[in-house]
Amino acid sequence: MSAPAQDRTRVSTRALLVAGLVVALLVAGVASYYASAHPDGLEHVAEQTGFLDTAEDSPTADSPLADYSTKGVDDERLSVGIAGVTGTLVVLVLAGGLALALRRRGPAGAEEDPADERAHAPERA
Amino acid sequence: MHVPDGFLDAPTSVATGVVAAAAVGVALRRARTELDDRTAPLAGLVAAFVFAAQMINFPVGAGTSGHLMGGALAAVLVGPWTGLLCVAVVLVVQALFMADGGITALGTNVVLIGVVTALVGYVVFRGLQAVLPRRVGTVAPAAAIAAFVSVPVAALVFSLLFAIGGTAPVDAGKVLTAMLGWHVLIGIGEAVVTGLVVGAVVAVRPDLVRGARPLVAARELEIRTVAA
Repeated sequence: MSAPAQDRTRVSTRALLVAGLVVALLVAGVASYYASAHPDGLEHVAEQTGFLDTAEDSPTADSPLADYSTKGVDDERLSVGIAGVTGTLVVLVLAGGLALALRRRGPAGAEEDPADERAHAPERA
Repeated sequence: MHVPDGFLDAPTSVATGVVAAAAVGVALRRARTELDDRTAPLAGLVAAFVFAAQMINFPVGAGTSGHLMGGALAAVLVGPWTGLLCVAVVLVVQALFMADGGITALGTNVVLIGVVTALVGYVVFRGLQAVLPRRVGTVAPAAAIAAFVSVPVAALVFSLLFAIGGTAPVDAGKVLTAMLGWHVLIGIGEAVVTGLVVGAVVAVRPDLVRGARPLVAARELEIRTVAA
């Protein structure tokens, strides 16, 4: 099945999704270790204006991935990396599954992208 | 801006929970019009990316940091209702598994980080598109500006909620001023990340970007007219 000439300049949907996922996993799994440890805007304001001590521990504070560190993994780099990759994949499955369940099905979807339709259309006999 | 349990009193948390549930309910119905076989997997990826990006706190000075909220980014890429759902999924996973953001505060966080940033971001984005030249090249800058605006608006909404239902006897005006100040700075980071990501996707597949689709469709029609 040959793609039309104009599609050669286009990145396929699959390639885009794979590249995007690789970037997300690198960000969550590797780059996250280098994130700033300073309090965020809200936390800083709460401290500054004096209501930070009203914060309560989350009921999930003892869960295995709480605070983006993996329980039982001492290496900090690995600990945050595992938590980040796990969280990213869980979100991908949940949000992707939800989107697939909600999507419109049938020919209406295919109609919107003539290029993809051409690419997937069977060769003319 | 993940709100922990305890900052806001029970009535306020219940109220934001009701608003969040209603918004998600509407989004579940409206998202259907934004999602098809091609865009549904992209929605999953957008949510995963927002989760990952929210782990990256960037310094904004004076020992303070901020991270992407992602509502405006998601809204421009996959549509406001789907974008809202993407961020809501991220917040649920963060609250349940990462202890990031409280449980009774989950409704508050969905309202602030999901509903406000996705809807404000999308409205600002559409408003800019109405006045900017109808070119694909304007999509990323418009998304960046929309993202910038969405962050202080979320800070404003938090400050209003704190004025109504804050548990500590702290001057609401002081909270508002400080929240707006810091979140204008954090908004710059939001704008940079949003502009770069939207720009990258628009560069390779503008047809997949919800906010660019009207422009791409118009261009394709022109080409066909010439070819015929």
